[in-house]
Amino acid sequence: MTASAAHEQETYTKTVFGFWVYLMTDCILFATLFATYAVLRNNTNGGPPASELFSLPYALVETLILLASSFTCGLALLAIRRQEKIQLMVWLGATFLLGASFLGMELYEFSHLVQEGNSWQRNAFLSSFFTLVGTHGLHITFGLLWIIVMFGQFWMKGISFATFRRLECFGLFWHFLDLIWIFIFTFVYLMGVG
Amino acid sequence: MEVEHVTMRSYLLGFFLSLFLTLTSYFIVVEHLLTGSSLAVTIGGLAALQAFVQLVFFFHLGKEPSPPWKLFVFLFMLLIVAIVVLCTLWIMYNLDYRMMPADMNM
Repeated sequence: MTASAAHEQETYTKTVFGFWVYLMTDCILFATLFATYAVLRNNTNGGPPASELFSLPYALVETLILLASSFTCGLALLAIRRQEKIQLMVWLGATFLLGASFLGMELYEFSHLVQEGNSWQRNAFLSSFFTLVGTHGLHITFGLLWIIVMFGQFWMKGISFATFRRLECFGLFWHFLDLIWIFIFTFVYLMGVG
Repeated sequence: MEVEHVTMRSYLLGFFLSLFLTLTSYFIVVEHLLTGSSLAVTIGGLAALQAFVQLVFFFHLGKEPSPPWKLFVFLFMLLIVAIVVLCTLWIMYNLDYRMMPADMNM
């Protein structure tokens, strides 16, 4: 291994590990929001409970879209290893479209709740709901911005050590958001209605 | 360059297992197969199982060369999360219990 290749290897290993440590701290952030939601979920102050607010088929479609986007993100990670730029762009584009549809559905659900008078100001249950799900949605928004930036980089610079490293970190980030959503789907939607 | 080894097989397996686990939890709730605490334990368990599936097949956790630093950080995170979540619930439910209006018989 040449000196520059060794340097690239070290940068790759350190960056991916550092990003992993960030994701673990993000897990702790979400854990505190989940704990808050669990404590406040019955404090509806006379407002409708979770079982009357959430639609399970709607949440299931959101879940399946996000799971599919996690899968296409994995396909993009496979494509970059084979140095296939077109396939990489296609799967990254699919990840973006699925992520954007997920975000659109979430924003529609939020606006629907607010229009019915069930905003975060109504009671502690809804405050904690909007904080938890909104924080996840904010992460998704930044993930989508990240995809746009990487599209530009692959377009301009092609596949390099640097762009590969960034896609690897993005892949971890995107899979992580799907992992958090499993718990939101289970503890907020399924247990709220069931 | 030595990078994390990923395969199509692992992504396909992860995807279909996750799909299966998600739909299972969904149908348990929609068809009212279980209620109360048995429902909570079952779908909580299915969520944990799906998290495990994704950690293995999407994150490739535990496949890194020794020493497995990513796994160590992950396990430490689990410890902190367990302390934060379980102790929060314990303290808050205990507080709730003690703040209940006094019994009329007293």
